[in-house]
Amino acid sequence: MALLQTVQLEHLPQSHSIHIALYRNLQNAAFLQQQLLEGNTDYEYALIDASVIVSKIHALAAVYRAVNDLLANRLRSRNVHSEIVFSLSPNNNISESFRRFGIQPTTTSLLLIKVSTPTSETSPSDLSSRLSTQIQGDAVPFTDEEIGTMTDLGRVRKIYKLNVPGGGGKKKDGNTAEERREMEMLILGAMALRGATN
Amino acid sequence: METPTVPPEPIVSQTSSTPANLPQILTYPSKTPPQLITQGAEALLYKSTYLLPTLPCALKYRPSKPYRHPILDVRLTKHRILAEARVLVKCRKEGVPVPAVYALDESKGWLCIEWIEGEVVRIRLNEWLRRRKEAGTEEGSEEEELVDLMGRIGSAVGKMHGVGIVHGDLTTSNLMLRPWAKGVMNGHSSEDGKGILEGEIVLIDFGLASQSTADEDRAVDLYVLERAFGSTHPRAESLLKEMLTAYGKSFKGANVVLKKLEDVRMRGRKRSMLG
Repeated sequence: MALLQTVQLEHLPQSHSIHIALYRNLQNAAFLQQQLLEGNTDYEYALIDASVIVSKIHALAAVYRAVNDLLANRLRSRNVHSEIVFSLSPNNNISESFRRFGIQPTTTSLLLIKVSTPTSETSPSDLSSRLSTQIQGDAVPFTDEEIGTMTDLGRVRKIYKLNVPGGGGKKKDGNTAEERREMEMLILGAMALRGATN
Repeated sequence: METPTVPPEPIVSQTSSTPANLPQILTYPSKTPPQLITQGAEALLYKSTYLLPTLPCALKYRPSKPYRHPILDVRLTKHRILAEARVLVKCRKEGVPVPAVYALDESKGWLCIEWIEGEVVRIRLNEWLRRRKEAGTEEGSEEEELVDLMGRIGSAVGKMHGVGIVHGDLTTSNLMLRPWAKGVMNGHSSEDGKGILEGEIVLIDFGLASQSTADEDRAVDLYVLERAFGSTHPRAESLLKEMLTAYGKSFKGANVVLKKLEDVRMRGRKRSMLG
């Protein structure tokens, strides 16, 4: 499957490469969620509901934070993959973050991320063949265009509290490319401030 | 995006800073090496990239201070990184033109923010004043461009004050002129040679900023900016009233601040200790 992308993020060790696959028309969401709940290590991926993702940068920022926290030995959740899902959250409630951003039985668009680490190396070819049997859905390229068609903007605005009372600045409907970019900027800020105390 | 086939060059050897001062994350590979932009008393500023080679960012790094007690040092650094990030996020959310926050690691002492294109007002203004002098234009004439710039500065500062933030270090080095985005030129010219004072004002360096709606704090912000103009661009000083006029219209309560500014001018930035 040629649609699996492998990315090397800026300013992360080369030993930690990121594999990403995006699917629409997902058929086995309930089964996949069950594997996560049971802790089935064959399914150790970040399984994200793509409808709450606005762009590549949005998703990659969560990966960056999770891997950075992994390297600093301060994961708050079970592993780097659950940490990616948690990193999308603007607050510290882990189980809420799984409900909001993680795969649900009703999920139809799935963003799957696998981090290759020195202790658990994953090659693109192995992963690719594994995914082709594990995931029942239509693989599509991981691009802003594809993600854009899946986004539920209303839900994203609600989760990240992007409706500023009284307007404040410009309208942030996310309908034009510029508004969408501004939305992405605000989301990155909300994610970065998660867990900020004192 | 594919995995790079050639491993990037070691970064440390290519930067102008000493390796000891490079934050750990910048020692991990990137397509282009980080570049030290400026160094202040508290922080180092690097230009680098975030996530993808195509996304430039500014990375502000507060190295630990050897003369401080280690526990205090970590606490101060954490506190300052988070305070700055909170202020930036709040400004951005309320539509004040500031860099967006990309990521941070308060324990490691870095803050990664949006890279703003353009140049600081100090440089552009000096260049403009120099050119005018060379052209032999009399002071006080052909100043529409400058008047317009002063107005934009006043509005930007007012917008920030209006959302409850004071900057704490307003100088012409902390005001950027970012080229107008396509489509929002609204009548501004941008031909070469002309328009070096053109661009959108973006406020930067919130390292000393705080959340405050006190007229006193706001007035001190304006006073510091006035003094900065006075000392670095005395020939632009006469146009400060243009800035204050724009400020006065920028938010409800701005006129009270301008009144307060008169008091501050009389006594200076520091409040009298004599009650």
